[in-house]
Amino acid sequence: MRLSARTGRRLVAGIPILWLLVLFLIPFVIVFRISIADVRLAIPPYTPLVSWHHGAGHLELHWDAYQFLFTDPLYVSSYLYSLKVAAVSTLCCLALGYPMAYAIARAGPGTRPLLLMLIVLPFWTSFLLRVYAWIGLLNNNGVINNVLLYLGVIRQPLALMQTDFAVYIGIVYSYLPFMILPLYANLEKHDLALLEAAADLGARPWRAFLAVTLPQSLPGIFAGALLVFIPAVGEYVIPTLLGRPDQLMIGRVLSDEFFENRDWPVASAVAIVMLALLVVPILLLQRLERRQLGAQ
Amino acid sequence: MRSRRLFARGALILGLVFLYAPIVSLIVFSFNNSRLVTVWDSVHSPTLKWYGTLVHNGQILDAAWLSIRIALTAASCSVVLGTLAGFALARFSQFRGRLLLAGMTTAPIVMPEVITGLSLLLLFVALEQLIGWPRGLGAVTIALAHITFCMAYVTVVVQSRLTGFDESLEEAAMDLGARPATVFLRVTLPLILPAIASGWLLAFTLSWDDLVITQFVAGPGSSTLPMVIFSKVRFGVTPDVNALATILVLIVATGIVLSTIWMRYQQRRRERDEQLAAAANL
Repeated sequence: MRLSARTGRRLVAGIPILWLLVLFLIPFVIVFRISIADVRLAIPPYTPLVSWHHGAGHLELHWDAYQFLFTDPLYVSSYLYSLKVAAVSTLCCLALGYPMAYAIARAGPGTRPLLLMLIVLPFWTSFLLRVYAWIGLLNNNGVINNVLLYLGVIRQPLALMQTDFAVYIGIVYSYLPFMILPLYANLEKHDLALLEAAADLGARPWRAFLAVTLPQSLPGIFAGALLVFIPAVGEYVIPTLLGRPDQLMIGRVLSDEFFENRDWPVASAVAIVMLALLVVPILLLQRLERRQLGAQ
Repeated sequence: MRSRRLFARGALILGLVFLYAPIVSLIVFSFNNSRLVTVWDSVHSPTLKWYGTLVHNGQILDAAWLSIRIALTAASCSVVLGTLAGFALARFSQFRGRLLLAGMTTAPIVMPEVITGLSLLLLFVALEQLIGWPRGLGAVTIALAHITFCMAYVTVVVQSRLTGFDESLEEAAMDLGARPATVFLRVTLPLILPAIASGWLLAFTLSWDDLVITQFVAGPGSSTLPMVIFSKVRFGVTPDVNALATILVLIVATGIVLSTIWMRYQQRRRERDEQLAAAANL
């Protein structure tokens, strides 16, 4: 069978588009549709979109789930807490990742691939097990407390587990490569002649950094920050294993609504509101990436 | 200049310690005799007993086997779909749905997994109601879900590789009268084969590793390895998980070292070929 070039191109682009439409985009429509249904004891556990009375169809729209979300303080505080945790973790990631990316970008050409590999390598090992490892480090009888007790720095074990601190550690640890890689890609391209020019003009190193390097690296900073911030808002595993039991993040709330309370409409509404919060960051990231690919 | 570089070096070393210390501690304590994982029992350690219990743990072995089968399927299918998408995005200048495809391949990478998981589950439930397929949740729905988020990663890998290549080779083949399909199979595909290979490996690892999305779309009775591990570690540390982690880290490390050696070899061969070609031209 010989396909014309046009048909071939249509197939090449069409197959993945079709796949993603069905398995990525349309599901969001279904989530929205269920978020405006009402719970009922049946399979599936929500009311149909159209109900039939006396031969006439009635559209069943229930906004109760959303109303519930915005009036129950549990949900509002979970959203705010998730945004705070994601923001703080992103800043910590940046504070640690920027100098690391900088050091790699300025290392010799021979050592750069090795350093990059060392950054990416943990990413290839199980995310779940790497988070699990922190339980062993942060526990009351964990490695950190044992070492500090042994050295006599502390007399009582520090309560490190099930704190905000543990969640920050977990997120920074898991998402650090996502911060470093775009930063490195940006920093590596910088023209060092500009820094020399700044030095020749008498700028002190830190001033030259602030005036030349930092502004140039802003796209890298934004890309890295968004790559960390967006998934961190909905993080489920890290807060469940390391976080506070009294303050849940919104990803955990969604999961609990679905699996424990079996309230599909509320779980869907939680997802839709989270998506609404993340739409702008996601679009920003896509714009950044398009521009970067265009520049290549 | 120097102080800044020293500071950056220090941060790099600190960061690398931060990245590797947990993994090292995981491995060290897998040889600890004590059930209290992190309290070193210096009298009876090191021991291999947790590795022994692992071999006889049917639940873990079954889950690992299921995870391997799903990861193989997901990686292989997502490589095909991802290569098509990456090729379309990198080589077709303008086509209808370009923006849509670009958006749908980058969004799954950052989308919080709980949202993706929930939406896929609701899709499968709706599909079953509408057309009677897929029948219930299980390995099939897990594989479909994994293919979807893995293909996004493969697309990015393939696309960035293709954008890096100039199109002159493909154009030359085209000028010599090769049909587009031939050009793709004989010229483009060999060029991007390393990207496809690393895309496949990445997809395999992501599928093998995924917990959250899998939990949503897995039915009762189909537990993957991460699901079994998660239910074990949810309430604290257990020594056999350390042993399991050590084995997995070892496999990954071996794989990375081998693939690095292979790529070095390929690169050296290519350089030699280029030199030979250059010499022949003289």
